[in-house]
Amino acid sequence: MHESKKNLAFIDGSRLITEALVRAGADTFVGYPITPANLLYLYASKRFPTMLAAPDEITTLQWMSGFAVAGHVPVTATSYPGYALMVESIGMAAMMELPMVIVLVQRLGPATGTATCGAQGDLNVVYGTMSGGYSIPTFSISNYHDCWELSAKAVHTAIELRTPVVLLTSKEMVMTLQSFDWSNLPEIQPKKVKHYKGEGTYLPYKADETLVPDFLPVSQNKHQVRITASTHDTKGILQNVLPEAIENTKRLEQKLRRNIDEYTTYELDEQQGSETLIITYDISSQASREAVVHLREKGKKVSLLVAKTLLPIPQIYVDIANRYTRVVVVEENLTGQLRHLLFGAAGRKGVSGVNGIAKMISPTEIVEEVMRYE
Amino acid sequence: MSNTRFLTDAQLPFCKGCGHALVAQNTEKALQKLNVNPLDVVLVTDIGCHGIVDKSFLTHTVHGLHGRSSALAAGITAGLNNPGKKVIVFTGDGGATIGMQHLIGGAHLGFDMTVVVHNNMLYGMTGGQPSEFTPCGFKTPTLPEGSTKPGYDICELMVAAGASYVERVIGIGDYSDSLAKAFTAPGFSLVEVMEICPSYGVKSNPGMKLSKLVEDAGWNVKVYADGKGNSFKTPINSEPKSLISDKFEVKPKYSSSIERPFSIMLSGSAGEGVQSAAEFMAKAAIVAGLNSTKKGSYPVTVGVGFSASEVIVSPKQILYTGSPVPDVLIITSTDGLGYARAAAGRMKGGVIYIDETLDAPETGARIVKVPFRERVGAKNSAMYAVFYAVHYEKFYPIEALKDVFLSNKIAEKVNIESLLQF
Ligand code: SF4
Repeated sequence: MHESKKNLAFIDGSRLITEALVRAGADTFVGYPITPANLLYLYASKRFPTMLAAPDEITTLQWMSGFAVAGHVPVTATSYPGYALMVESIGMAAMMELPMVIVLVQRLGPATGTATCGAQGDLNVVYGTMSGGYSIPTFSISNYHDCWELSAKAVHTAIELRTPVVLLTSKEMVMTLQSFDWSNLPEIQPKKVKHYKGEGTYLPYKADETLVPDFLPVSQNKHQVRITASTHDTKGILQNVLPEAIENTKRLEQKLRRNIDEYTTYELDEQQGSETLIITYDISSQASREAVVHLREKGKKVSLLVAKTLLPIPQIYVDIANRYTRVVVVEENLTGQLRHLLFGAAGRKGVSGVNGIAKMISPTEIVEEVMRYE
Repeated sequence: MSNTRFLTDAQLPFCKGCGHALVAQNTEKALQKLNVNPLDVVLVTDIGCHGIVDKSFLTHTVHGLHGRSSALAAGITAGLNNPGKKVIVFTGDGGATIGMQHLIGGAHLGFDMTVVVHNNMLYGMTGGQPSEFTPCGFKTPTLPEGSTKPGYDICELMVAAGASYVERVIGIGDYSDSLAKAFTAPGFSLVEVMEICPSYGVKSNPGMKLSKLVEDAGWNVKVYADGKGNSFKTPINSEPKSLISDKFEVKPKYSSSIERPFSIMLSGSAGEGVQSAAEFMAKAAIVAGLNSTKKGSYPVTVGVGFSASEVIVSPKQILYTGSPVPDVLIITSTDGLGYARAAAGRMKGGVIYIDETLDAPETGARIVKVPFRERVGAKNSAMYAVFYAVHYEKFYPIEALKDVFLSNKIAEKVNIESLLQF
């Protein structure tokens, strides 16, 4: 019996995600419907202060950018086909330094694939969103608590670092109903975009030591605001390859790297004496957690790293992995995208993957891979 | 008319004789006539020669992607939600070609903004390629034989889409009154300014006169819509309700004696209540103090074909929500049998409750045939099957399921006694 529990409900993750996004400070949802992100769209229509239905995904990202220019914090939810259409505009928003959150609900690809089947196939797509080696901060949801906490973190990160943020999840997390006790969910504090308070000329892309420039919306008429997606100087004026402009572009990545500790979040369950580490993220996390329980019941020592901040890859993941002789990376795609990002084409001795498509990876498969060398 | 400056003193960044400079100057003059504050104006520019003009403006300026300026401006004006602000888009005929849908959509929804199309009938910045606006016979460096198709009539298109104010002007001399009318019209307005690009258009079409060319193309120089349209109001829900209110609370009331998780698959036909029956079954498990999960599978056309659902009930916390091999499989229709055949084949034990009219699938499970459809009809067959399975499998007391059923609207239509025939 659930004697100690107070707020037991039977809900899907979409409900928690939507509620958390709004509580954290997002105020506008722009959406184009796509399976399996439809529930987020539905809930957003009831919960967001402003909800607009866009005619397609390019328009979605453009409208969102416009809302951000006017001082709002917009959100959308999509799946790979929609994300692919958004890519150019996400790069634009990143270059303009506009806060927004894109919830990317993964489904089986390639192309339109199977809309109603889950997957973890989009990490590489998000990794390659920006031309030139720049990152979009990306969080990945591993359970219902993450639906709440990481959604809030995504909004806060977008606001604090003035950048688009991707919240990666998958069909199973946003559509499956589960019994859940929400009495332990922490309070979420709303955040607001930091506005320029100075009296002198406002330079829209001049940053202090945080490397994040203060913002001013075009709704005010005290200071001129210039916003541009082309290579620009601190005034926001297009400047080919002028050193000041190139420095400004480099700052886009530097501001993420400089502040990475503040938005790095992961779950590390280390067992003393274990030589094997399971690394996972997103929907394979629950199967991995269950596999760890089974393995330990069998007497097998094993540790687990659930990566929640995915991009840019925090160095700490590599440092943790280097403490283990055996590393098993679990993810529901064909070739192991996180494994590749962590260990490269050369790989590393002792590193293997549990991969699969068109079905959820089961705890049994993970147990078998960990036990393969016993 | 004010003498407030909207342009810097620096020279405009265009080739000598380019009509783009006149657009900038006429825009300044129109805004002076309207006596607006430069910082109540947001100029959104597209990609193309015209797009580099933003640095010359003293208004707010936003410079985005090729073809997307009208969509970006739509977001800005919807975000501002303030008719006192002037959102102006500068785009070329190339940008208008790429972003035609944004123009049609903007006119359709009536966003408060003005699009000024700099139509010189070719792509100037990239070397003079034709656009969809290039008229019949007009030559460009990459189309020296001349276009064989008429160009778009953007004004007609905008009228059809519902724009509030639409006008075509020849981009020579003073047309600031036309721009001023567009800037003051409520909703979506568009002014098409006809130009010739001296660098590519003039060279490829020597001696051609702009007004003659426009006339030959069949484009009228006139007001197409006179500003009587409506403007878009951004919807604002000032008191949205929390998505996690007490309304969703499920209170455990009974207890269950199962000691391990059970996975149940319910497979039937769309329109026969499969999803709600499965949801009731999972919710009742919570009422009985268990944890549960429920997910649905159905074809994209939700109203036809199979409809299946997987439920897990467990005394422990459920981590992995997959269930490749069900412990209990319930099949209520031919569609359901088709979908569940593979799962049945994977079962080495457990039980399959199947409608008695169906042939049993190949399986290692025990088969129980029940006249689900005959007893309650197709529409309630899934709900009945769930009651039946809970009764015999004893995951939890049937009272929990009854409670969930009776607290739902469906209880007004379906007599619960019909579901309790065991
Ligand atoms: S290339 Fe043509 S359109 Fe571009 S600035 Fe020169 S004259 Fe104007």
